[in-house]
Amino acid sequence: MKIDPIHQFNIEPLFTIGHIGNQTIAFTNSSLYMLVAVAIISLLMLASGAQLIPGRLQSVAEISYEFVASTIRSTAGAEGMKFFPLIFSLFMFICVSNLVGIIPYTFTVSSHLIVTVGLALLVFFTVLIYGVAKNGLKFFSIFVPHGVPGYILPLVMFIEILSFFLRPVSHSIRLFANMLAGHIALKVFAGFVAMLGFSLGAIGWVGGVLPLALTVALYALEILVAFLQAYVFAILTCIYLNDAIHPGH
Amino acid sequence: MAESHGGAKGPAAGAHTEADGGHHGGGFPPFESSTFASQLVSLAIFFVLLYVIVSKLALPKVGGAIEARQNKIEGDLAEAQALKDQSEAALKAYEGELASARSRAQAIGNESRDKANAQADAERKALEEQLAAKLAEAEKTIASTRTTAMSNVRGIAADAAGQIVQQLTGVIPDAASVNAAVDASLKG
Repeated sequence: MKIDPIHQFNIEPLFTIGHIGNQTIAFTNSSLYMLVAVAIISLLMLASGAQLIPGRLQSVAEISYEFVASTIRSTAGAEGMKFFPLIFSLFMFICVSNLVGIIPYTFTVSSHLIVTVGLALLVFFTVLIYGVAKNGLKFFSIFVPHGVPGYILPLVMFIEILSFFLRPVSHSIRLFANMLAGHIALKVFAGFVAMLGFSLGAIGWVGGVLPLALTVALYALEILVAFLQAYVFAILTCIYLNDAIHPGH
Repeated sequence: MAESHGGAKGPAAGAHTEADGGHHGGGFPPFESSTFASQLVSLAIFFVLLYVIVSKLALPKVGGAIEARQNKIEGDLAEAQALKDQSEAALKAYEGELASARSRAQAIGNESRDKANAQADAERKALEEQLAAKLAEAEKTIASTRTTAMSNVRGIAADAAGQIVQQLTGVIPDAASVNAAVDASLKG
């Protein structure tokens, strides 16, 4: 019995959409789960009614709304509400696809680096373009911290610029690595239960209780991580956008 | 994707432990660049779709519901405040009315008492005057009666003295000297 914790990340083309150059563009299982996430979010937000006294579904929709709105207000100020649809879309997309992905036998969209890189670059270029468009060259004052002595300023500026351009890297890898590692760990522990049982018989099944308990605990943790990583992604987006809105340190 | 050993039907429901069939050459799926274009295109399509749904439909709807509720609550609170103010004003008006009525009642009471007092005084005074007049008249009558009686007493005394002198002496006294003697003894 062999545990293959990587298999769950396979991309399976379902049908071909078209070609770009020599690349085949396919509708894959990943595309399907993106569609599922979009459908769930739309259903939650649109089909939940707009009553004066909200029902359960409407409460969830309104809590999501208020949660993201207050996150933006506290990190990027009232001006950050310009980006409310973007941040709300990012948060809900990552949160819902992560939570869907944690159901056994499903696929996790954000366990692929290319997806998280796509989202992180979207944020990066939004910050860069909006920052320059709104503040002009003053935007680049975020690289020049106040109160730094002149002789180490070049070094500090170098570090600031480097960290600015490394933002999409850390932003994307944090989400990707968390989801990937969590799913691999879950798979390894859960597979261990079956492996013990099938190879050692009765003793193995009894011995499998321990990894099973660990799997349950890990599963709970992964539910937390699924939400938390979406929140971290959204709040970092807010912080980066805050630089574009208020470039003074 | 071939499952190698009849699948894992173990109690660990969360696990699916199919062995890799080797379709992807044992590579690590997240780093297989041949799938990048497909994923990026689907991500672009679905994220733009989501963004449009969220910005055009979902957020206005949910935000509108929240705002409507907020407005309703604020309106209700304002209305409650207005009603409270109204009832307080009514209470104040009632209390003012009550106080003025009370003071008016007091004034009326005072006035009527004063009037009654004055009337009673006047009546008493009139009665007293009447009584005083009657008393004075009665005194006058008594005095005249006494004077008359006194003058009769003098005549009777003079007659009696004349008779007594006549009986004792046999001489009829002269009336003038008898009168003078009576007067002297009456004065005496």
